[in-house]
Amino acid sequence: MSAPFIILAAVTLVGACAAMLLRGLVHCALALAVAFAGIGALYLNLGAQFLGLAQLLVYVGAIAVLIVFVVLLTRGGDSDSPPLSPAPRQFTGILVAGAIFAILAWAIFHSFAIHTPGMPAPQATIRQLGAALMESYALPLEVIGLMLTAALIGAVIVAMKEKQGTQ
Amino acid sequence: MQPSDQVFVLLKHWLVGRSPAVMQPGVSILLTIVPILLIFPVLFAVTTVLERKGLGRIQNRYGPNRVGPYGILQPLADGLKSLTKEDIVPSSADRTVHFLAPLVLLAVAFLPYAVLPMGRNMVAVNLDSGVLFFFAIGAISELSVFMAGWSSRNKYSLLGAMRAVAQMISYEVPLLLSSIAVIMAAGSLSTVEIVEKQSGFSGIFPHWYVLTPWGFAGFILFMIAATAETNRSPFDLPEGESEIIAGYYIEYSGFKFALFFLGEYLGMFAISGLGITLFLGGWSAPLPFLTWVPSWIWFFGKLLGLIIGFIWVRGTLPRLRMDQLMNFAWKFMLPMALVVVVSAGAWRFLPQGVTRWLVSMVFIAAAYVLLARGVETRNKIAKRTYRFAE
Amino acid sequence: MLGEGIVKGLAETARNFLGSFIEKDRLVTVQYPEERLPVVEAARMFPFLIYDGVDQEEGLRCVACQICEKECPPQCIHIEKSKDKKPDFIGKQQFYPAVFDIDVSVCMSCQICVEVCPFDAIRMDNEFELSTDDRFAGLLWPKEKLAMPNEHYLAIHPTEATEVEARRAEEKAQAEAKKASQPAAVAK
Repeated sequence: MSAPFIILAAVTLVGACAAMLLRGLVHCALALAVAFAGIGALYLNLGAQFLGLAQLLVYVGAIAVLIVFVVLLTRGGDSDSPPLSPAPRQFTGILVAGAIFAILAWAIFHSFAIHTPGMPAPQATIRQLGAALMESYALPLEVIGLMLTAALIGAVIVAMKEKQGTQ
Repeated sequence: MQPSDQVFVLLKHWLVGRSPAVMQPGVSILLTIVPILLIFPVLFAVTTVLERKGLGRIQNRYGPNRVGPYGILQPLADGLKSLTKEDIVPSSADRTVHFLAPLVLLAVAFLPYAVLPMGRNMVAVNLDSGVLFFFAIGAISELSVFMAGWSSRNKYSLLGAMRAVAQMISYEVPLLLSSIAVIMAAGSLSTVEIVEKQSGFSGIFPHWYVLTPWGFAGFILFMIAATAETNRSPFDLPEGESEIIAGYYIEYSGFKFALFFLGEYLGMFAISGLGITLFLGGWSAPLPFLTWVPSWIWFFGKLLGLIIGFIWVRGTLPRLRMDQLMNFAWKFMLPMALVVVVSAGAWRFLPQGVTRWLVSMVFIAAAYVLLARGVETRNKIAKRTYRFAE
Repeated sequence: MLGEGIVKGLAETARNFLGSFIEKDRLVTVQYPEERLPVVEAARMFPFLIYDGVDQEEGLRCVACQICEKECPPQCIHIEKSKDKKPDFIGKQQFYPAVFDIDVSVCMSCQICVEVCPFDAIRMDNEFELSTDDRFAGLLWPKEKLAMPNEHYLAIHPTEATEVEARRAEEKAQAEAKKASQPAAVAK
């Protein structure tokens, strides 16, 4: 564990905790953006340039801004909501989180990468990533593209309907 | 390679070599960062004078001419003024976010310079994915604008922030798509490699991408989108002095306001630098017999040229309306950028010669004529309906 | 064609930009402290008190009637009447102001004091550079600072001043004629 890793991990964890614990919704969204940026920096630190930068571009640049926008448009930004969850729900939350953590930990500890110590970390350049996306994974990419387009058109139609209704 | 071309690189190597071995990495990093942190704020100062004097001349005025000879010390006076002004934070503002917003904006404004090659061998970090880095960092600046607008607890600043974020998201799409055309042609995301691909000559013409039909269209689209990204006139709706006073920085005063200003101009220089790198051949000379001029002079000369272009456009065009802005982005810029990508693809795979010039040109021209007709005829003003005002 | 207007506009601004270097008369800005436009005759800024002759105390036309003090909308005039009297320009015994102050920072240049003055004693000056670095004493002008010779009035508002001069000369002549005829009447 190197110093940069520890710092970045700490930033990510603090950001994530702040996103859970802070009161104001906008503060939570901003803290979440910090956590996202921390994860992106971790990827960069591990040498996964494309992944790290895509994380920054998509999560910080798009998702965080989207969340912030939603918070603003629904006027949740300045409401002093009562403490989030009563005790039973908290218990369920902890249970779910624990279960997910256990599954992820199990998957990591049983992955073959961790048991073959001599194996060098795969270095995927952006060129290789692009080639893989455009050649061997061309079909999945196209399918995902089609689905996203459908979702986009769907969103537009939903938005248009409301406008016609209130005219 | 003349020594004058590499003077800064050699100077840095010499200085690093002179320092003790333990400190060498630190010194090397420092010598890379400090010049960037110095040169661009100085360029900002120069640009403010140029802009004010240029706009003045366009409006048949003198512009600032009191501080120092011909008013060239004006930025010094401005800087002193903003330093000595009172720093006011509104009582209902969110203090932490209000304080952090200009800092985040400035940090984000400086980061993109890391991947801009400002001369031969003069790049801070030669990232494999330099262009992607640039856009990833640029995306964060939206968040800082939002932070500033939201934390001020002012309707105007919130409106400004909303406008800014909406505008930046909309214009990021054509910005990225027009860069993708170059990335496709160069076959690389690295800024250094993109510049090297453009540094050759055929006859007296350089291999700049702007000198191809798709590259020219892409460059125009890129610069329009860049103007919108940096919130400059005619896309200065987020600031709109006459509408929402100063938008998201209405509640900032003193040096924080100056920081915002600096951040905005740094963003403009950075995006101009990227435009130069992608389309105008970065540091390469425009004509083969001019290669003896140091490469960094070419980069900064081109940068100054683009800045003057920005000022000229600012002095000419009035501000757009919000619906015009969005219509232009989604109904003209986006399809046009897609056509540019297709045209660049055709250019890449057709054999060299007149055919690919013709094909590329026909693509662009046809798309331009059709889309322009769409933009121009669709300006009927409909009756306004209010959804939430009842 | 889309973009045509933008090119036209850019050409226009470029023409103005370059033109401002070639044709000097495009630049309409007056470089104020060095160059200044001639002041219009009717210009008014701040009142002054007129005195005749050379001695300020002696020739001050003001008789401390305090009409201007009462009429002044922002109440910027402060007058204290004298205890004794002195003769005015037709020889009549009149009071004079012991104290006459006007607050520069309060005056709104409305000229009402001038309109109401029956003695042509107060007029508007066209001096507009009134800034000072002392915001208390420097902005409260006493009688000594307000007093200006009649020649100054003639210089800055010639049309109006000559009219006033003629009227005053007539009044004086009438008064003298009266004075001349009165002893004759008594003698009769």
